[in-house]
Amino acid sequence: MTQIETRPAVTRSGSAEPAIVAKDLKKTYREIEAVRGVSFEVATGEIFGFLGPNGAGKSTTISMLCTLVLPTEGTAHVAGFDVVADQARVRQRIGLVFQDTTLDDYLTATENLRFHAELYGVPREVVAVRLRQVLEMVDLWERRDGLVQTFSGGMKRRLEIARGLLHAPSVLFLDEPTVGLDPQTRSHIWSYIQELRRREQITIFLTTHYMDEAEYCDRLAIIDNGVLVAIDTPEALKGSIGEDRVELRTDDDQQAIERLAQQFQIKAQISEGAVAFHVPGGEQFVPRLFAELGVTIRSIRVARPTLDDVFMTYTGRTIRDAEASGSERLRANPWMRARGRR
Amino acid sequence: MAASVAVPGVRVAGGRTSDDLRALWVVWKRELIRFRRNRMRILTSLAQPVLFLFVLGTGLSTVISTADGFDFRTFMFPGVLGMTVLFTSIFSAISIVWDREFGFLREMLVAPVHRWTLVLGKCLGGATVATIQGAIMLALAGLVGVPYNPVMLLVLLLEMMLTAFALTAFGVMLAARISDVQSFQVITQLFVLPMFFLSGAVFPVTKLPVWLGVLSKLDPLSYAVDPLRKEVFTYLSIPPVIRHTFDPGVSWGSWNLPVFAEVGLVAVAAVVMLAIAIRQFSRPT
Repeated sequence: MTQIETRPAVTRSGSAEPAIVAKDLKKTYREIEAVRGVSFEVATGEIFGFLGPNGAGKSTTISMLCTLVLPTEGTAHVAGFDVVADQARVRQRIGLVFQDTTLDDYLTATENLRFHAELYGVPREVVAVRLRQVLEMVDLWERRDGLVQTFSGGMKRRLEIARGLLHAPSVLFLDEPTVGLDPQTRSHIWSYIQELRRREQITIFLTTHYMDEAEYCDRLAIIDNGVLVAIDTPEALKGSIGEDRVELRTDDDQQAIERLAQQFQIKAQISEGAVAFHVPGGEQFVPRLFAELGVTIRSIRVARPTLDDVFMTYTGRTIRDAEASGSERLRANPWMRARGRR
Repeated sequence: MAASVAVPGVRVAGGRTSDDLRALWVVWKRELIRFRRNRMRILTSLAQPVLFLFVLGTGLSTVISTADGFDFRTFMFPGVLGMTVLFTSIFSAISIVWDREFGFLREMLVAPVHRWTLVLGKCLGGATVATIQGAIMLALAGLVGVPYNPVMLLVLLLEMMLTAFALTAFGVMLAARISDVQSFQVITQLFVLPMFFLSGAVFPVTKLPVWLGVLSKLDPLSYAVDPLRKEVFTYLSIPPVIRHTFDPGVSWGSWNLPVFAEVGLVAVAAVVMLAIAIRQFSRPT
């Protein structure tokens, strides 16, 4: 009998080695540069998020880290192993939850999990225990013998998360884990993810284009057009802007923008039907605005910086605007198109 | 074990033979579970051979001279066994295209096991399902004048197994190249039906025009149907003239191929197609 590699969670947590190290990763599909050289590190036990619009390079990056796509240039190590040279060892140590479902509809929840356990060589004596553990974690234990085709979208996603955890990976990759789900299910899935980190102390790498979800991450990387534009904690990213966001609705938006530039040296732009700009101490600024703008103000809103503002500051547009123009990039790339399906 | 560290010691697959065997076994098992669960599929894939044997066969037997009391459906029976195996095998193999469409293929391809285990498991699974379907048809032997001889039944079963494996490997090889479900129709029209008609399953291929005779000899299924027919005819008591007409064998020039040569050809083809299929699925992305 060859050595049996047991990896109880106790020995995993103390490791100081980063769970993921990416150095100058690039991926080019014919002429399209999907990822243009990204470098980052993810510490063990961290929830690390990739935030960006569709087509920004999130899925391509995750695919390279999961050994599904070969990088054009650069290197990456996951759980200590090179994703190109040591594919098999990386695959043993990661769990994957894809954007599109990869369950067999004709099998029951248990059969899907057992299939996975056999493929990943989970020892027979722990399969039953582990199966119950992961199914209970995602509240599917009662439905374990139900055919997957009778499951709702949220249940399927939960089952996939359970399956991704079955072989006790040290890094769990979640590609848009809540896309296409209703808000309630989304918040449930997030509580599983939080619970998971607490109980299994694994590293979680996820991609999202939902700003509210990005708040749950320990650290965030903002990616746009295949380039990382910022990496930090959500708090630090918001703090780095240091300014409040003001949204005005006026009788003449164009004139308001001109007046803001002349009178206050503020660069404003139209965003989602309102004149938007950033200014330190928003509340104190409002009275001055009413006194000196010279354009009738119909409504005004002052908000503390959100990740939306962070995204806007670093990329010059809101994530929704980016989605709209990003979809053209998506169409141009057949590979992305297939992956982007919901 | 502390409460927060409730993960049982889990080791994962690491390229050991036992890991490969487990992967192979579970891929095979999945085919059987899916087969068992889909009763409609069992019924529909039996409907066609039954239709051929009892409707087409009965119809043809009224126009084909059977002065000696020879039932034309007895001739068709081994051909219909071949047909059952052919359709079921190709169907099982092509389900890879559905697996790709619905994402499940990715779950298999990202697993830390050798790709050959997945391909071989799929071929064995498809072959098992096709053999079961063939066995169900075999049970109807008595209705068309074929005796239930245990040795004959066993030999037929083994020959069907081999044929089923070869055909599933053929289907998997094709499935590797197909990316959408629509192409399945094309495959059926382009490969499956011609293979079936040229194999001598529904009519003897000896008196055909040259071009059709050549195509028939190129059809791999000919070498799978012929051993089945030879086996069945061994247990029939019929005049030599009838035997000569309805069980002519496959000959290359003046050489009438013996059963072991035919079976050998099918086996070699199976191994070659399996190897190609494995190679196709082992290519990196």
